[in-house]
Amino acid sequence: MSEDFNDNKTIRAQSSETISGGGSGTTPDMDYVRPAEVGEQDLYHGHSFITKWIFCQDAKVIGVQYFLLATFTGIIGLILSWLMRLQLGFPELATFMTAEHYYQFVTMHGMIMVVYFLTALFLGGFGNYLIPLMVGARDMVFPYLNMVSFWSFFVAVGVLLASFFVPGGPTGSGWTLYPPQAILEGTPGSGYGIMLMCISLILFVAGFTMGGLNYLITVLQARTRGMTLMRMPLTVWGIFTATVLAMLAFPALLVGALMMSLDNVLGTSFFMPTILKAGEVLEYGGGSPILFQHLFWFFGHPEVYIVALPAFGIISDLISVHARKNIFGYRMMVWAIVGIGALSFFVWAHHMYVSGMNPWFGFFFATTTLIIAVPTAMKVYNWILTLWRGNIRLNTVMLWCLGFIVTFVNGGITGIFLGNVSVDVPLSDTYFVIAHFHMVMGIAPLMVIMGAVYHWFPLVAGRFLDEKLGKWHFWLTFLGAYSIYFPMHYLGFIGVPRRYFEMYDSPYVTSAVGMNEFISLAAFIVGAAQFILIYNIIKTLKTGKPAGHNPWQACSLEWLTPKVPPEHGNWGDRLPVVHRWAYDFSVPGAKEDFITQTTPPSEVAHTKVEKT
Amino acid sequence: MHPGIIFFLVILGSILFHIFTPWYWTDVASNWGGMDDTITLTFWIGGGVFIAVCLFMIYCVFKFSYKKDRKAEYKPEDKKLEKILTWATTLGVAALLAPGLIIWNQYVNVPKNAIEIDVMAWQWGWQYRLPGKDGKLGTTKVVNINDNNPFGINLDDPFGNDDVMIQSDVINLENNRPVKILLRSVDVLHNWYVPQFRAKMDAVPGIVTYYWFEPNKTGEFEVLCAEYCGVGHYAMRGGVEVQDKQNYDNWLQQQETFSDLIAKQKILENEKTKLVKK
Repeated sequence: MSEDFNDNKTIRAQSSETISGGGSGTTPDMDYVRPAEVGEQDLYHGHSFITKWIFCQDAKVIGVQYFLLATFTGIIGLILSWLMRLQLGFPELATFMTAEHYYQFVTMHGMIMVVYFLTALFLGGFGNYLIPLMVGARDMVFPYLNMVSFWSFFVAVGVLLASFFVPGGPTGSGWTLYPPQAILEGTPGSGYGIMLMCISLILFVAGFTMGGLNYLITVLQARTRGMTLMRMPLTVWGIFTATVLAMLAFPALLVGALMMSLDNVLGTSFFMPTILKAGEVLEYGGGSPILFQHLFWFFGHPEVYIVALPAFGIISDLISVHARKNIFGYRMMVWAIVGIGALSFFVWAHHMYVSGMNPWFGFFFATTTLIIAVPTAMKVYNWILTLWRGNIRLNTVMLWCLGFIVTFVNGGITGIFLGNVSVDVPLSDTYFVIAHFHMVMGIAPLMVIMGAVYHWFPLVAGRFLDEKLGKWHFWLTFLGAYSIYFPMHYLGFIGVPRRYFEMYDSPYVTSAVGMNEFISLAAFIVGAAQFILIYNIIKTLKTGKPAGHNPWQACSLEWLTPKVPPEHGNWGDRLPVVHRWAYDFSVPGAKEDFITQTTPPSEVAHTKVEKT
Repeated sequence: MHPGIIFFLVILGSILFHIFTPWYWTDVASNWGGMDDTITLTFWIGGGVFIAVCLFMIYCVFKFSYKKDRKAEYKPEDKKLEKILTWATTLGVAALLAPGLIIWNQYVNVPKNAIEIDVMAWQWGWQYRLPGKDGKLGTTKVVNINDNNPFGINLDDPFGNDDVMIQSDVINLENNRPVKILLRSVDVLHNWYVPQFRAKMDAVPGIVTYYWFEPNKTGEFEVLCAEYCGVGHYAMRGGVEVQDKQNYDNWLQQQETFSDLIAKQKILENEKTKLVKK
């Protein structure tokens, strides 16, 4: 530590020189920014194809790697959902599909989408690309660890997909992997499948911890001069808080997966009580299946916010930039993110109201769950109040934002149904739950991802994505997804249970056949519409309109690099110095409708800036 | 077309769908109509918020769409407005939570006169056991289960002898009489669920869980397993027949008790030994 300190002395001297220059007249005192406390980091510059693009230590490349691998895995998840919808809507066309297949597809679709797609994409993808750029760092603080993080994720995905090819196939225990059924015959993949799933999750958590430490320490230690915590863009706040949650929540999953593997392989009985199977008593005894559920949901509920908080952060920035207005109530937004994150550790058992846990827990968890609705509602109000008296560009990015607001509020409201313990009783384990969580943590975050892709693609690739294709992509996705999940709630009201391979002719659900066909058709269309984006990206890379510097006239640092797309090290010779928050849009008296974070106060002295 | 119009049509379509949907809940057939009422209340408050937020958003999209010569308002914060919104939301949330908790309180407190029913689940089926004349169920153990003792009743428990055993996936219930469903499973998680009764609870191997309801409509209902239990989950069905008191009593009298079963087996065994001797 002390050695590092000595090495940095020269740099410290340099930076204080520029500051002290303020007194002598070149820089006015009002522009004073505290000198840097630590020196700049030495970066490893790749010099061959392998070190530049494969085992790369540049957070931006790692971000893109995460993005591509998560997207690839997500496309597999999408194809699995098509197969499920084929069975549910048109079983006569899915004669090749057995109940075993169906449950395997359900399980893999769920796990892939939640963990390997959404989590990896928001934190690994956007986190890696945006954190160093947005806080004004040259890279993540531990670039080598960051590289190992991605390759652990790569191996985790490999192990997950390998389970399709082992005897018995992948696990079909549902994405919640509840024992005892997950490791007993009678569930597909109860031998190798569940084992590989547990190994893959353990690898994912290990890799994620490496990445997560990077995100946290980069935000805490590597912010550039002037970038106080309360000047950070909300994207960084969202990803930062989500990472804190992940660090605390993932260990519970890791422990659960490990203990279940021991039950499976060594015959321990953490989760296994005395069990009678095919007339024989198995060699288990004394374990508790509900213990696993507590561990799983202690991870599983914060996991919802691990996906949601980065989405909240990103959407705040997108709305603000494209409404040409500061995000309304920035401080409230920050505290809401932090508050939601903290509360999210006290609500997990709302997934377990009818699990057989002591029913008196219901009072506590219903109360905490409904309390979390308050900061969440505040965020929604602040998004729409940001639109109020804005100057809204109705481009593709804004459309995704509006789609997010509609789907998120819809899914949030149905969450109040399910969180409210006695209302949950008739609705739990029905299609209402499926509709709710797909709307709120499937479609809504997807809207954010898409908005973010259209927004930051000009930075990553230096070219604009095609607006016309983008609008087709948006409307097909939004209208299609809404018409999948909005009517699906009503299947839940009828009482149609989830995870049913076939309904047979239950008297009260035969009327749902028509709706199932409609939902399946919509699902095929929405899935296919995603390939418009892939086409758009390929087309744009070749012939897209060059974006140039700061094409959206944003204020935040990631747009202010000397080169677009930014190079390794991000900032050229000199780190940026920050003088204000990331939302000085449409300041009265300013020449343009935005003031970048690096603009010193002396340059805009005549404006009425309220908040810095 | 202006995007605001499409968003407006989506909201309008949602409202119309809700009003005219042919898909809605089945008629409630138990005392848990209060759950339906809470859902309706949540629909009014939650639906109102959804519509208000979306219409506000759509209004903004129309009113404040981009014009080159216009500048957006600069107003980082409005403490008063934020305070009003926080308290209004808190109030709305409390209004929803209160009835939810009141009904939950009823759900976890079983009336004293409820008849206990042992619902035993396995991959993939159900069977039921009712207390006999002593009004109490005998205790059970998974390891006791065999062909002669399908419920695993502890043989030294005197309460077990007169237990009524229904080795069928259909059970009859008496109308307007509360029942306490005692759930147990011999292998994995299951859940005994009749949509018309609204209530449900998981059956967990190793422990006994419970819930209660009071059927208030006679007729036949389908039982569905509502907790994923392996590859036969979707086929794990059963039935309930709710009858008036007279029919129910007739049905109950025809059922076999545990001592009947033991006696029958003794006769069988005696015959077997006789045959062997011959």
